[in-house]
Amino acid sequence: MASGRDDFIIAVRSAFLKKSNKQQFSLLALIIFSIVLIFLSNLNFVGIKYIKIGVNEATYRLSAIVSYPEKKLNESINFFTEYFHVYKENQNLKDQVNKLNIDRYNYIFLENENKKLKELIGEDQYSVDGIISKVLIDKDGKFLKSIILNRGSKNGIIKGMVVLENDYLVGQIIEVNYTTSRAILVSDLNSNIPVVLEPGSFQSILSGSGKNYGKIKYSKNKLILDENTIVYTSGSGGNFRAGLPIGKINNDIEEFAVEFFSDLSQLSYVKIQSIEGSKE
Amino acid sequence: MVQKKINIKNKLLRYFPLILLYFSVLNEFDIDVASLGLFSFNLPFIIIFYWSLRDPDHIGNGLIFISGILNDVTLGYPIGLSSFIYLIIIAFASYLRNITLRPSTYKDSLIFLIAILFANSVNASILSFIFAIEINFFEIIANILFTFLLYFLFARIFNYLKPMSV
Repeated sequence: MASGRDDFIIAVRSAFLKKSNKQQFSLLALIIFSIVLIFLSNLNFVGIKYIKIGVNEATYRLSAIVSYPEKKLNESINFFTEYFHVYKENQNLKDQVNKLNIDRYNYIFLENENKKLKELIGEDQYSVDGIISKVLIDKDGKFLKSIILNRGSKNGIIKGMVVLENDYLVGQIIEVNYTTSRAILVSDLNSNIPVVLEPGSFQSILSGSGKNYGKIKYSKNKLILDENTIVYTSGSGGNFRAGLPIGKINNDIEEFAVEFFSDLSQLSYVKIQSIEGSKE
Repeated sequence: MVQKKINIKNKLLRYFPLILLYFSVLNEFDIDVASLGLFSFNLPFIIIFYWSLRDPDHIGNGLIFISGILNDVTLGYPIGLSSFIYLIIIAFASYLRNITLRPSTYKDSLIFLIAILFANSVNASILSFIFAIEINFFEIIANILFTFLLYFLFARIFNYLKPMSV
């Protein structure tokens, strides 16, 4: 019994402390070093922060190059898949164009009316120009859904800016380096956005599901939501500008699931905007 | 000329596991096909466990540590976390190497399963308790399962390549 325990201890000691000829570091030394690194990054230690920015810059570029073949392969697969559905899609698009033309005239009328009313009550008008950015890496991690963008502090990007694709909200900047930045996607499990559900103007919270859809997490009132319900940012909390479209309710996925307007797995170029925009 | 070609081929085979490891961490080699839902696996775990077990000098601990740092940067995890997880995998492999006289893929795979279960548990615990990151556990369990099943396939490939890469 005692010899069995000794063997176990010897095997464990050997695993952690023994270095072979070609090994520079023992396993134990590296484990201690990595634990120190984890704690320093948890404490937001300044030195680690700068090292991280430097490593990020190099790694993002390298990773973009390494991911290039896979990205192209996925693009080709998507291209051929879309090609086979083109006829049916064309018919649908024609119907949609007719409908949108009608909506456009209503929209122009409402926009002008809204502008006049805002002037009447003295509310500021905002114009929001964005910074166009290329998506360098769009890897889906098991723990974090994020994208790497080729714009950083050099281009005026700051933490908290919103990321849009075709004016639809897709994420928010959470990390800024000199020439690159990372944005957390609205589909991430840790993403919680105050939203308003229209029609009805119900205030709620949209959470990511870790998949390609979101979920309406909380609402004061008992809601009945159908597929005509559109989800916009409410602007509550000041993290997002109000009125950014995000998606629509799709109860086929699950109850109160939000289907995003943008396909988050196919992002190539996005627009980065400040939270509040600039006053006109 | 022929000798030069053989040298290049030998060098490529020699560094193949290392290249594959760095390629997979930089590329985040989680095959994630939308139509196949939860199908994803962790190739770095397989590479690290296999080579640490069968030939620890092939990929050094320091290089595995650096690959973990690169993985953290690529995925946006706290720096040092993946390195720590990879080192746990090495620890299991080293322990198994010390107590085994005749290696067998099937016996190794059982320890591999325990190692990835433990490593992923530690990973999830650190992320949720220290860094307050919410986690989809179902996705991780599927990833562990596929990683375990694909270990047999990759072990066979590496068994075939190992004699050539000396």
